[in-house]
Amino acid sequence: MLESAFFNLFAGLCVLSALGVVTARNTMHSVMFLVFCFFNAAGLFFLLDAEFLGVILILVYVGAVMVLFMFVIMMLEQKKDELKSSVRQYLSLGGVIAVLLLMEFVAAASSGVFVHGAHATAAHLGQQINNTEQIGQVLYTKYLLGFEIAAIILLVALIGAVVLTIRKRKDAKYQNISAQVKVRREDRVRKVRM
Amino acid sequence: MSVMDMVIQAVIWALEVLAITVPIALSVAYITYAERRVIGWMQVRKGCNRVGPAGLLQPLADGLKLFLKETIIPAKANKLLFVGAPVLALVPTLAAFAVVPFGETSLFGLWKVPHVMAISNLNVGLLYLMAISSLSVYGFLMAGWASNSKYPIMGSIRSTCQMISYEVSMGFGLVTVMMLSGSLNLSDIVHAQAGGLLHWYMIPLFPMLLVFFISGCAETGRTPFDLTETEELVSGYNVEYSGMWFATFSLAEYGAMILISLMTSILFLGGWYAPIPALDIIPGIVWLLAKTSFLIFTFIWFRATFPRYRYDQMMRLGWKIFLPWTLGWIFVVGLFIYTPGLDHIINFWLAWR
Repeated sequence: MLESAFFNLFAGLCVLSALGVVTARNTMHSVMFLVFCFFNAAGLFFLLDAEFLGVILILVYVGAVMVLFMFVIMMLEQKKDELKSSVRQYLSLGGVIAVLLLMEFVAAASSGVFVHGAHATAAHLGQQINNTEQIGQVLYTKYLLGFEIAAIILLVALIGAVVLTIRKRKDAKYQNISAQVKVRREDRVRKVRM
Repeated sequence: MSVMDMVIQAVIWALEVLAITVPIALSVAYITYAERRVIGWMQVRKGCNRVGPAGLLQPLADGLKLFLKETIIPAKANKLLFVGAPVLALVPTLAAFAVVPFGETSLFGLWKVPHVMAISNLNVGLLYLMAISSLSVYGFLMAGWASNSKYPIMGSIRSTCQMISYEVSMGFGLVTVMMLSGSLNLSDIVHAQAGGLLHWYMIPLFPMLLVFFISGCAETGRTPFDLTETEELVSGYNVEYSGMWFATFSLAEYGAMILISLMTSILFLGGWYAPIPALDIIPGIVWLLAKTSFLIFTFIWFRATFPRYRYDQMMRLGWKIFLPWTLGWIFVVGLFIYTPGLDHIINFWLAWR
């Protein structure tokens, strides 16, 4: 009972905050709603005994990705009148996607996988089964190739981003900090006999 | 489970939360007192000694003053986020204490098996700590943005960059601890260090201890990394804050300082174990709090000793020195664990082999 109460709390808040992301006028508010949504999704993972996935969701998405989102949004200027014209521009495309998604959701919900009682109150494994270890075992044996490919793709993206944005400016003045740190008194002060 | 059981459970949870947060709030108040007295002693002056005997009531007087001050909300500020930002900064710090194990107790022999003194003995405690403590960034970002003024936004970007940069090397430092202990559970990590001073992870991971503690310094924005509150940079994200909301930010800062000290003692300094096994008759919580107090003293000592870093120096230290250094140490530890001739050296600390 406590568990289904928590499931309903997390799931309900998740849906409500997701609505908030879409409907909020202020982009900063939508980012905060999205953060809150991720939190509730992490709560759902915790209810399913998948604490590793839940914590990783918070660590990666809330702790890193959303901070970058917020950095970008902080720099943008919001224009009220532009907002209205862009709504009309994207209405048709967005509508099609929304209808398609709705159909998929209805199809998934009526497929019988999510029958009453199957949510959240799945069988519990107990604390002695460490799902961090289980995920590690599977990732590094059965799915090793896919895991390594994903890692390489991320590394390439990382280096690519650096290569694309780095540029040496001729007029910028750089300081050589190790030279600054190595300076001793003898290099700067000269004793003059008067 | 009936409704009555749920109510009892809720009351127990509330009491557990209070048992952690009230001592933290009190110790934050008295750390500010200790800080002023210790810095005074180091600089050969008195420090605060007027309010009450030896100035002991000074924190309460400061709290009262801040409480009675008017909180000014700028006219063009985003009111909701302006008011919410200090709370967003404080809550993650307090929530992180949920997994900190303060010791082990059998309640004077009542329980057969000693229980770990933590609100939640989570299997992924270390990851939870990393995840939750990285969230206070939002409070600082929001404070800068919601103030709708140029100095706070510059300050908040500066302090966010600082926090994100040092989190990376902190995380890699923790990886070496996980490699030795083979667990993410904080009480298992402490158990792996049982058996006296030589078993503590500060011996094989001494460079990581330094990196973790200095990064902790940078994370919490303490001197020498206090660019968030420098006068010459027009303070930081908190320029527009006053009264109680300003105090909430410093509460978050000092709370994070306690957390970092606790974490360093748990991960590297043997947690609740005594340096010599014979001294374990003294309760573990005394040892843990003694180690933590020493580290908090070290934080204050840093403040009295070091001049402030320049911004580019700080970024260089985080990305160009700590990051390669921690990555290199992960490589070295891995090499020692899996090379046939070398593994007998590190087997002494490997709990899982």
